[in-house]
Amino acid sequence: MSKRKLPTQKGLSRRAFLKTTGAAVSAGVVSGAAAELLNAQSTAKNKVAGPGEVPITLRVNGETHNLNVEPRVTLLDALRDRLDLTGAKKVCDRGTCGTCTVLVDGKAAYACSMLAIDAQGREILTIEGLAPEGELHPISAAFVENDAQQCGFCTPGFVMACKAYLDRNPNPTEAQAKKALGGNLCRCGTYIGVRAAVLDAAARMKGGR
Amino acid sequence: MHPEPPLIGQAVPRKEGRDKVTGRARYVDDLVFPGMMYGATVRSPVARGRIRAIHFDENIPWQEFTVVTAQDIPGENCVALILHDQPCLAAEIVNHPEEPVVLLGHPDKHLLEEARRAVRLETEPLPAVFTIEDSLAKKEIIWGEDNVFKSFLVEKGDVDSAWARAEIVVEGEYETGAQEQLYIEPNGMIAVANPDEGVTVWGSMQCPYYVHKALVPLFGLSKDKVRVIQAETGGGFGGKEEYPSMIAAHAALLAWKAGRPVKLIYDRAEDMAATTKRHPSRTRHRTGVTRDGKLVALEIDFVIDGGAYCTLSPVVLSRGTIHAAGPYECPNVRIRSRAVATNAPPHGAFRGFGAPQSVFALERHFDQVAKACGLAPDEFRRRNFVHAGGTLAVSQVIHENVDLPQLMERAFAESDYHAKRARFARENRDARVKKGIGFAAFLHGAGFTGSGEEYLASVVAVEATAEGRVRVLAASTEIGQGANTVFTQIAADTLGLDPELIDIAPPDTAAVPNSGPTVASRTTMIVGKLVESAALGLKQTLVSSGLPGERGGPEGRPCTSEEFQRACAEYIRKHGALRATCQYAPPPGIKWDDEKYQGDAYGAYAWAVYVAEVSVDTVTYEIRVDDFVAVQEVGKVIHPVLATGQIEGGVAQGIGYALYENVVWREGRMVNAQMTNYIMPTSADVPPIRVFFEENPYPFGPGGAKGIGELPMDGPAPAIVNAIEQATGASITRIPVTPEVLMEALEGVHA
Ligand code: FES
Ligand code: FES
Repeated sequence: MSKRKLPTQKGLSRRAFLKTTGAAVSAGVVSGAAAELLNAQSTAKNKVAGPGEVPITLRVNGETHNLNVEPRVTLLDALRDRLDLTGAKKVCDRGTCGTCTVLVDGKAAYACSMLAIDAQGREILTIEGLAPEGELHPISAAFVENDAQQCGFCTPGFVMACKAYLDRNPNPTEAQAKKALGGNLCRCGTYIGVRAAVLDAAARMKGGR
Repeated sequence: MHPEPPLIGQAVPRKEGRDKVTGRARYVDDLVFPGMMYGATVRSPVARGRIRAIHFDENIPWQEFTVVTAQDIPGENCVALILHDQPCLAAEIVNHPEEPVVLLGHPDKHLLEEARRAVRLETEPLPAVFTIEDSLAKKEIIWGEDNVFKSFLVEKGDVDSAWARAEIVVEGEYETGAQEQLYIEPNGMIAVANPDEGVTVWGSMQCPYYVHKALVPLFGLSKDKVRVIQAETGGGFGGKEEYPSMIAAHAALLAWKAGRPVKLIYDRAEDMAATTKRHPSRTRHRTGVTRDGKLVALEIDFVIDGGAYCTLSPVVLSRGTIHAAGPYECPNVRIRSRAVATNAPPHGAFRGFGAPQSVFALERHFDQVAKACGLAPDEFRRRNFVHAGGTLAVSQVIHENVDLPQLMERAFAESDYHAKRARFARENRDARVKKGIGFAAFLHGAGFTGSGEEYLASVVAVEATAEGRVRVLAASTEIGQGANTVFTQIAADTLGLDPELIDIAPPDTAAVPNSGPTVASRTTMIVGKLVESAALGLKQTLVSSGLPGERGGPEGRPCTSEEFQRACAEYIRKHGALRATCQYAPPPGIKWDDEKYQGDAYGAYAWAVYVAEVSVDTVTYEIRVDDFVAVQEVGKVIHPVLATGQIEGGVAQGIGYALYENVVWREGRMVNAQMTNYIMPTSADVPPIRVFFEENPYPFGPGGAKGIGELPMDGPAPAIVNAIEQATGASITRIPVTPEVLMEALEGVHA
């Protein structure tokens, strides 16, 4: 089986992505990835779940949560509606905008395009878990300081995408910074601030975190 | 002289920056109320028709649902705004696709969605109108007597007799498409409503008092029984000026009937298809000039498509009309403008508010006029720019010390305009990817038009606590533009206080006075000035009761926060409360004639020259903006980083408007209502945007500031399309310039 990844922002600019797949199918590609994940998971393998609620266990920000959810509930809805972790936002609900970005096993993922049952057995990190209460993660500090946010609705998603990106590419060039977060949309047009924040955060994070 | 205040002009931290970046800021969909249920809207499937019946599929347990129709409205069935023509829920006739007809409430989101799909509206279709031309031609009368919501006529000099003196006459017609605001946070409201307590709503909005104004007649309640509170709001750009009133009304009607809180959040497709967009427009120009390129006569016919109901169209039309002749001096001008009805969802406010449409037409047209005169586009502009003491089309004498040639020189120097223009002309001949550089010069009036601000009579209050903290009370909303930060700077400077001591009260109609809507680039210039004046009033009260010295402290130094606190505590002990209020009064000498549409249309203008550099791939028809220079004069810049962010954001939206954002209509319905097929700019589409301010303090703005928010929306589209013309020779007259539009235009050039 060819190894396919969850939709990550890494190296994926939305426009380039649309060019290769055709605009209409992008949501399909995302759910395809999620479906494959389902097969890959021992817990879900060959079992029919639902239609009623099923018990699931999620590891979020280092804590274990036992929930009962219908199988059709997305990770985003589970985080927002069941765990009151509302930092990840619902905007398009179909893998287009990146506003719901969380980290799943260290990789950026659109929480709207992943089922909660598929997120079992994985380490999920949301914006709330990025830094202890009252402290700012260096990336968040870089976003604040470069004013890489206006209305702020897209910002948690950008910050999480930035974390996933910098964890893999700690030394981005300016040109890379422009493309780095291409899977996240901002209507306030903070892209230029975001580019500066990515570079600034990279500098701040030198020497480990 | 008063010393230069220390905070105005500085990049202080954004007030709510930490809460937003950590995800702690609570937007409406992040709020949960005990016992809350969800709401959904059943909408018209047709553009125009008579409602025959509403069928409820029997497979749904309807007894569990709250169902609201027009009959359940306790008061007047309308969304009160300018005219009361838009129903809150259609009762007999629907006038556009997606018009709300039935509301459903249920605690289970998934079941609610199934139920929404299980309601079928049986309608008898009526003939509908979908284009400006059909509406003007009265192909069918769908609104009033003639389909016209509003018209204006601006006359200056004598156009009819001026044509005889024109040596060259150039005509042109220009079109702009609809544009979706696409604020990233979808619209949403939560309502608690019952006959005992009245109606309270929380939600995403720009204008709490507009929502308040709409809810009062809808429920037939007294004003004090209606309360509107803004939640943190994820962008608006005009899109949350009026439509939130509709959603608040719906949530409140459901809550009123259900007896429990109701949350009504739109999903993306619903938000895109059902709520307002920028008005499409069509502009005809006829311009007379002398052989050496001096304007003799300007005749402009400007029409916008208002959609099915009047809503804000008259005021959008007004701004578009006044901006239609730009920052130029012409002795003879006639501008005729109309807003007409079509059977599409009502078009509404979007950053720029009519000006981007008419400015696009003018700045594209003036490149054609320059060509006809054998002049470079910049030389033609230079010969016709308005100067201090000159008059605009509405016969407003410019008292500001405006220097447009200087702004243009700066923009050209920063963008290397002349050298690039020459080089591109040389190199394009054999290139597949052709490059071009173009510009637009424009102005944007700050605040409400004409006597609008006087009519609004906005109020701001500033109060102090015994602990020495200061609260600014205003209904102006923070929607990402930085209002809270700017108000803090203004109040802190006026009082000579640490900004940490300033709080901005959350916009709540039960707690803050009506400082007017958060629109029209008025928040900093108009409301900020009221903050300044109210803070000054507070300080004077303290000084006259014993807090010594200018700037609030002994010997003219700023008072320490301890001294300030002591003075506040002392005053409050003696008098009970410490509060100062200020109401808007127009600057001296402002005169506006609403009948003739002449006079001081705006107290002040922002002035700008934007330069865009593009590459056009003549094989794939792909257009890229490679560089962008934005030079503007906006009075004193209060916060350089926030101001720069406003310009960058507006330019990004302007790039989308020019090239990508194409609303596809089918019988009045937006058919590409998803972010997958309505394409807005990503990071990869936005070039470096280089922003420069020339400062020229405006005496009646706070610290010298003018308005800024809408300005950057006006210039990018004409600058980009002018650049495309330099690159390709194709004279494109409509936006968005999608690859299809470009292909057609290039075939025209080669044919
Ligand atoms: S909400 Fe998940 S990508 Fe848009
Ligand atoms: S900051 Fe508003 S959408 Fe990005």
